[in-house]
Amino acid sequence: MTPEPAALRFENVFVAFEGEEVLHSVSFAVPAGETRILFGAAGSGKTVALKTALGLVTPDSGRVYVFGQDISRLPERELFDVRSKIGMLFQESALFDSLTIEENVAYPLLNQKSIRCGPEECRRRVREALRFVELEHTLEKFPSELSGGMRRRVAIARAVVTGPPLLLYDSPTAGLDPITANTIITLIVKQRDLSNTTTLIVTHRYQNGNLLANYRYEPQTGRLLRTNGAGRRTAATRFLGFKDGRLILDATQDELDASTDPYVSKFVKHNG
Amino acid sequence: MLDLLKRPILTVQEFYLLAGQAVRNVIRQPHYGDDISLQMDQIGVGSLPIVVLTGFFSGAVMALQMSRALAQYGQVGKTGEIVAISLVRELGPVLTALLVAGRNSSGIASELGSMKVTEQIDAMRALGTDPIQKLVTPRLVATAVVLPLLTIIADFIGMFGGYMIAVFRLNLTGTQYWSSVWQVLVWDDLAQGLLKPFVFAFVVALVGCFFGLRTTGGTQGVGRATTQAVVAASVLVFVLDFFITQLFVGLNPK
Ligand SMILES: Nc1ncnc2c1ncn2[C@@H]1O[C@H](COP(=O)(O)OP(=O)(O)OP(=O)(O)O)[C@@H](O)[C@H]1O
Ligand SMILES: [Mg+2]
Repeated sequence: MTPEPAALRFENVFVAFEGEEVLHSVSFAVPAGETRILFGAAGSGKTVALKTALGLVTPDSGRVYVFGQDISRLPERELFDVRSKIGMLFQESALFDSLTIEENVAYPLLNQKSIRCGPEECRRRVREALRFVELEHTLEKFPSELSGGMRRRVAIARAVVTGPPLLLYDSPTAGLDPITANTIITLIVKQRDLSNTTTLIVTHRYQNGNLLANYRYEPQTGRLLRTNGAGRRTAATRFLGFKDGRLILDATQDELDASTDPYVSKFVKHNG
Repeated sequence: MLDLLKRPILTVQEFYLLAGQAVRNVIRQPHYGDDISLQMDQIGVGSLPIVVLTGFFSGAVMALQMSRALAQYGQVGKTGEIVAISLVRELGPVLTALLVAGRNSSGIASELGSMKVTEQIDAMRALGTDPIQKLVTPRLVATAVVLPLLTIIADFIGMFGGYMIAVFRLNLTGTQYWSSVWQVLVWDDLAQGLLKPFVFAFVVALVGCFFGLRTTGGTQGVGRATTQAVVAASVLVFVLDFFITQLFVGLNPK
């Protein structure tokens, strides 16, 4: 075991809803600073896995550790401290539609008890987060006035505004055109490389996984640069394959490419 | 047989848990004052027009109907008494609660329901707020304050409706009408007339929140939750009305 605890660790996690098993003995660990790409068919339990990491879903058995702390039996009130270390992009963005964009992004700053910031400081950080996703001009708008891709970016701003060391992205590019999808992956890589955050991301696009595994953010140009395979990034990025609630694969990109499993190779074939 | 009962019993248990948490949060930090005043505005000010209209016409109808019955005994002068008693004890609280249930239990259920199915409730929890503290308690507090006030307004407007009928249709004088109203009402009526809306407020707010928060199944689920909330809240208002009335009749057997 490493002296520094993993950012996130699942140990034999079982989750069932009304008797139906959704996660079956899922175990994996994400050391701090590394990246994990979760893939799997619809309904395979990826979203539930992320929600379990946040303590939104309580496992029926097994343990979940966030930065070394066992959260699987914590009462809701104590979970808030744990959650303030985690940013989450929900699958459908989950912006509060009664609040403006500015209020949405400010929400975690104002409501997380471990974060203290005055009104001026809050405004500055909200603006900074929105500038990060290039949506500063939408402060006063409501989520319903934005396009799906813009909403996704606002939701990313809300997830990163507190600067959490662990970030979970649930299908950040689903339903978006390739250009917008690349913009969003660039943002995610940027956030990862500038703040050295641990990143879990659910995605079906092999292309996204490839970008995350083999590219890094280049602050000078604002673009992604290929690390040429041998980079540290590549080794620190692994792919987690879900099938019917089970984790069937925990592999590097090379191992993934070499996989002969018909289920796994369906996701790799998108490479084109 | 046991299986058949399990679901409803679990549901009732969940409802009590929600109610318990919502009430406990009233004295717990953090308080969301802005949300309370927003809800008071939506539930209270928003319901005022329909409460006024309904109150007026139910008072007027009561006066019309009762005066015909009273005329048989030559007691048309007692119209004010009957109108006042039935409004303060029954019609005011029950009609107002039903109107607010129709308007706000459904509104609350659909609002919280859409938040639930779009993961906004999860997002709240993820971002450091307890949805019961932030959503349920403010709605409960706002309704508990506003519903008794609305009921008082409905009572007065109803009596005013009765007064219009008494003066313009029954040829009573205003003094005759108001003095019979005034004389007949006792503390017991007022206690009953204010306890009822207070209790109904819990039903209206909590039933709406309860069905909203347990919504599943997308937009369709929101529709279902809304309907269930209105039906359950309305039925519960009548059931509780019976028990509270029973309690007061039991306390003052005449
Ligand atoms: N709150 C819930 N109540 C009951 N069942 C649920 C709940 N959340 C998820 N499920 C079930 O758990 C299973 C896994 O769902 P999950 O949302 O994790 O899938 P997913 O892998 O994220 O799929 P997708 O790629 O479509 O988002 C599904 O069968 C779903 O019906
Ligand atoms: Mg999902």
